[in-house]
Amino acid sequence: MEPLVVHGLSWTTKELFTYPNEFIYWSIQIVMYPYMTGLVAGAFVLSSLYHVFGQHDLKDMARFALVFSLALLPVAMMPLLFHLQQPLRGVNVMFTPHFTSAIAAFGIVFSTYAIIVLSEIWFVYREYFIEQTVALQGNKSLSATLRRWTYHVLVLGAYDRSPEAMAKDKKAIKLLAAIGIPVACFLHGYAGFIFGSVKANALWMSPLMPVIFIMSAIVSGIALCMLTYIVIMEFKSLSTALAKGRGDESVQVIKGVAMDVISKTSRYLLGFLLAAIILELLDLIFRGYTAMKSWDILRSVMYGKDFVNIFVLQYGLGDLVPLVLLLMPRPTIRRTIITLLLVLFGVFMMRWNVVIGGQAFSLSFAGYMHYNLPIIPHSVETFKEGLLGALTVGSTPFVLFWFINKFVPSLRYR
Amino acid sequence: MSTSRRQFLKSALASAAVTALPLSAFRLLSPAEVRAAIGDARVRWAFLVDTYKCVGCGLCVKACKRENEVPYDVPVSRTWVERYVVLKNGKSYIESPNGGRDGYTSPKIGESNINPDEIVKAFFVPKLCNHCEKPACVQVCPVGATYQTNDGVVLIDRKWCIGCGYCIMACPYGVRFFHPVYKVAEKCTFCYHRISKGLKAACVQACPFGARQIGNLKDPNDPVTKQIMTQRVSVLKEEYGTKPQVFYIGLDANVR
Repeated sequence: MEPLVVHGLSWTTKELFTYPNEFIYWSIQIVMYPYMTGLVAGAFVLSSLYHVFGQHDLKDMARFALVFSLALLPVAMMPLLFHLQQPLRGVNVMFTPHFTSAIAAFGIVFSTYAIIVLSEIWFVYREYFIEQTVALQGNKSLSATLRRWTYHVLVLGAYDRSPEAMAKDKKAIKLLAAIGIPVACFLHGYAGFIFGSVKANALWMSPLMPVIFIMSAIVSGIALCMLTYIVIMEFKSLSTALAKGRGDESVQVIKGVAMDVISKTSRYLLGFLLAAIILELLDLIFRGYTAMKSWDILRSVMYGKDFVNIFVLQYGLGDLVPLVLLLMPRPTIRRTIITLLLVLFGVFMMRWNVVIGGQAFSLSFAGYMHYNLPIIPHSVETFKEGLLGALTVGSTPFVLFWFINKFVPSLRYR
Repeated sequence: MSTSRRQFLKSALASAAVTALPLSAFRLLSPAEVRAAIGDARVRWAFLVDTYKCVGCGLCVKACKRENEVPYDVPVSRTWVERYVVLKNGKSYIESPNGGRDGYTSPKIGESNINPDEIVKAFFVPKLCNHCEKPACVQVCPVGATYQTNDGVVLIDRKWCIGCGYCIMACPYGVRFFHPVYKVAEKCTFCYHRISKGLKAACVQACPFGARQIGNLKDPNDPVTKQIMTQRVSVLKEEYGTKPQVFYIGLDANVR
């Protein structure tokens, strides 16, 4: 017989009256889930701004954002698998999707989106793949041969490089990016719907939830792309400086390109950040003004127990400070890094305050529950749904990106 | 290598057909089909709780745990009994330690000693799954592992549940939990294995005071139906629109 583990018991502290079966059932991984899907959606929308709307100032960022969204893609599913009590049955969602459920469409929306991202990348990089099969021909070393064959496979037999074929590729990219935007928004908006449609939960139930989720998703996606871009460009300029000396012209070129891309992308970040803040405040004000039955307990959670999490960390550090920093004149790389880290942290706290905050009070409205994040795991469960599990999920996209970038270089600066 | 559009479409169609052929050997039942196969449509199981009769002995909780193999010493339970104590100043105390399994034998509530002279009323409220007419849990299950039978009982397929917990979140009554052994969603079934054989639910059988009764709403001569029709009954949290089918006599405004 398997050991008796009451799911949630080890990290839930109860206060006053809660129903016996109430625990924090949705823990850190369900915080990670909308956070990671948000990053995917945001990264894709950023890349589409260039491909569809012709925002040429985003050209360098667009390519990187697209590949990065591919690296993030499998990671959007990871938290769910970590969270499921029966992870091996996760595929049942594809076999018998029960469409009255908001989660049922996940498999379909997610795979549609994956297909779009993959095919768009293929069209963007097809020419490069063909070039590589030619360029690697002379090299007889094992790694070069392997790489050449990989590229042969990636070309998928489409070696046509005539101007007409390239024009068709461009058209396909534009079309895919255009279809991708609503799909990316849907992928994430519907993560918001998963929460917003739970009528039993007083904090979650709100028609604004999907829109709020989309806005903060785009904010976090743009912020993560910018941050990763900065880190990589700084690393490049450092390694160039080490190789060619600090005064070399190429170092200045890299630095100039990076700052240029960053300051242009910041403007989009600012716009979406403002939209997200306005929507979140609207939701909060509306709840307080209408003061439905649940407002008493919600207020005690928001202004009492979770005050620091909501008003200091989320709205203060995560929204207000970055807003001021973004509006300040003469941006610098260092200040931008601080801004981006705060924005990413703020969106994470927003997810936390929705998922964990939504379970901070009992369905009886007569008691509270507190989630004690497992730091040091002492069982599979406390690993999966604790700090280490979350860090595993959070670090995977960077490992994947490093690998994907070996074959699909997204950081060429010309 | 070049392929004409016609040729490409031809081979694409052919490969789709070849893939579809073996897949057609599988047949997956939709939740609606499963539902159609279980339960007698001439029956609608409903529950009646007379809170005036409940003394908080906890025998129902004990019986339920034993009957339905919910481990005895874990804090989760398919059914539980809540104690309410309302004071003269309007303050109310609620508790349900171990789901009331061991019976309420002490005047102490939690850690607090309450002066008996301050109490204006005190009572017990048994809780269980409401087997709603419009169950939120069935609506949100992504794989259709939880379903409603023709006779109105909401059940869970332990072999198909993926353990996402969405149903637990969707239930306004907090009746669902993860089974500590099977690792899937779990809740009261009205003892479906018993009632469908003409027996009473375990908690109904165990209650020495007749506070818990189960009956068929579609049978006008059923004693439980008669009481529900003629007495002033109420349900829990009707504002959620789930149409619960556990009816209460003597429900107080303090009851959560």
